[in-house]
Amino acid sequence: MADKILMKGNEALAEAAIMAGCRHYFGYPITPQTEVAAYMAKRMPKIGGVFLQAESEIAAINMVIGAAAAGKRAMTSSSSPGISLKSEGISYMAGCDLPALIVNVQRGGPGLGGIQPSQSDYFQATCGGGHGDFHLLVLAPSSVQEMADLVAKGFDLAEKYRMPCMLLADGTMGQMMEPVSLEEAKVEAHDKSWALTGTKNERRPNIINSLALQPNELEQWNEERFKRYEIVKENEQMAESYLMDDAEYCVVAFGIAARVSQNAVDAARAKGIKVGMIRPITLWPFPEKVLKAAAEKCKAFLSVELNMGQMIKDVKLAIDCKKPVDLCYRTGGMIPSPEEVLSAIEKMQKEGK
Amino acid sequence: MSTTEVLIAGFGGQGILFAGKFLAYAALLQGRNVSWLPSYGPEMRGGTANCSIILSDVQVGSPIVSKPDILIAMNLPSLDKYEKEAKPGASIFVDSSLIGRKVERDDVNVYYIPATQMSTDNGLETLANMILLGAVIDKTQVIPEDMIRPALEKVVSARHAWLLEKNIEAMNLGKNYKE
Repeated sequence: MADKILMKGNEALAEAAIMAGCRHYFGYPITPQTEVAAYMAKRMPKIGGVFLQAESEIAAINMVIGAAAAGKRAMTSSSSPGISLKSEGISYMAGCDLPALIVNVQRGGPGLGGIQPSQSDYFQATCGGGHGDFHLLVLAPSSVQEMADLVAKGFDLAEKYRMPCMLLADGTMGQMMEPVSLEEAKVEAHDKSWALTGTKNERRPNIINSLALQPNELEQWNEERFKRYEIVKENEQMAESYLMDDAEYCVVAFGIAARVSQNAVDAARAKGIKVGMIRPITLWPFPEKVLKAAAEKCKAFLSVELNMGQMIKDVKLAIDCKKPVDLCYRTGGMIPSPEEVLSAIEKMQKEGK
Repeated sequence: MSTTEVLIAGFGGQGILFAGKFLAYAALLQGRNVSWLPSYGPEMRGGTANCSIILSDVQVGSPIVSKPDILIAMNLPSLDKYEKEAKPGASIFVDSSLIGRKVERDDVNVYYIPATQMSTDNGLETLANMILLGAVIDKTQVIPEDMIRPALEKVVSARHAWLLEKNIEAMNLGKNYKE
């Protein structure tokens, strides 16, 4: 284990990307993720990598498309309004089956919104975000250590399945410092024979394109992509269970909401309420299996989110609405207190009896 | 098994975040769990800047300090905002050269230290934060005294190494201050 150092989440994820072999970063500043770009600006030139501050978010995502098409590990980062600008490029990348990492350090929306932490881009991230039939891999860190660890995981999954991957963080994850241990990630060698690297007159040209004017051809492309999505759903669901062994009630929360909920679960346990928590780490694919299993023994569920209630729909779908699902939320950049979550747990228990 | 929640609040530029980072590193060097969360945004110019630090023997859940065990108030708006939030029995440290009023609660331990005045009197301008921390460590043992130097070595950059002794001087002033 490498020595632990204190780092901001934004910086830890930037260094983790470099350690995972990323040498192409294209970005544009926006609070609360600007430290990612600042860190890359400092480090990339020293290691022969590319840091480029684009003229806009749209330019940055299109540069990522170019680097990814050439087979390079490329990434960009932004915060909510910037991600909306990137959405066209993300859709193109999905249509071209290009792997890359897109980091969203979320802030309150809609519109220009605010700059405080939020999880209100859940729908945007998990339902694709851009136009067309597609999904992104979506990973949700809940500590600075995970901000780092999920970067290598994200690149790996993206290349394995030829899909763009989104790291869905929030302002607290980006801004807070925690001890983190950074280790050189094992860079998996994925087949990139599709990449545009020049034919050298030795092979037929590769074509990377998302245009298919014949509807039957486009239908076939989409169906084949969705077959791949089914494999992802089967193999890549990730979640952490906390005190679930004897739990009669189940809190579901990710990211900063899970950190706050952990305090509430501990407080509820101290009062004798048998409650546990399932923390989705992959938001797409959503960890349906572990939730389905929990629905067999838990009486009720509570979704805790920093939005008006977005993940709650996936919770209901995952358990086929077999059990009641309550919502505890704050929005606009506000964060629920552990006491608010505890009250919601107590309410769930009273109604669930 | 113990957890200490610390809130440091004042104006942007008073070294709020630095003081928090120092405490966080001291705890990290002890092998404890720690989180450091700054306020960020428009309030940092002129208004209140604050920093939540949690030092714990168990995994840190929420990194947000809403009910501090230790409150360090470096301006009046911060004391006005957070005095009522401190836990009963909490320790509140007040920079009395910048805050004219007294703490109104009687269920907390209060220490008044004219840190900003002391810093200018001793040629340690900008180190009022560390004068206060010297007092905090002396009164609360939030970190052991022998962690001061190793933690400073982590947070004072090599470029500013000459400031390390100044920081220690400031902390000693705070430690030895008698009201």
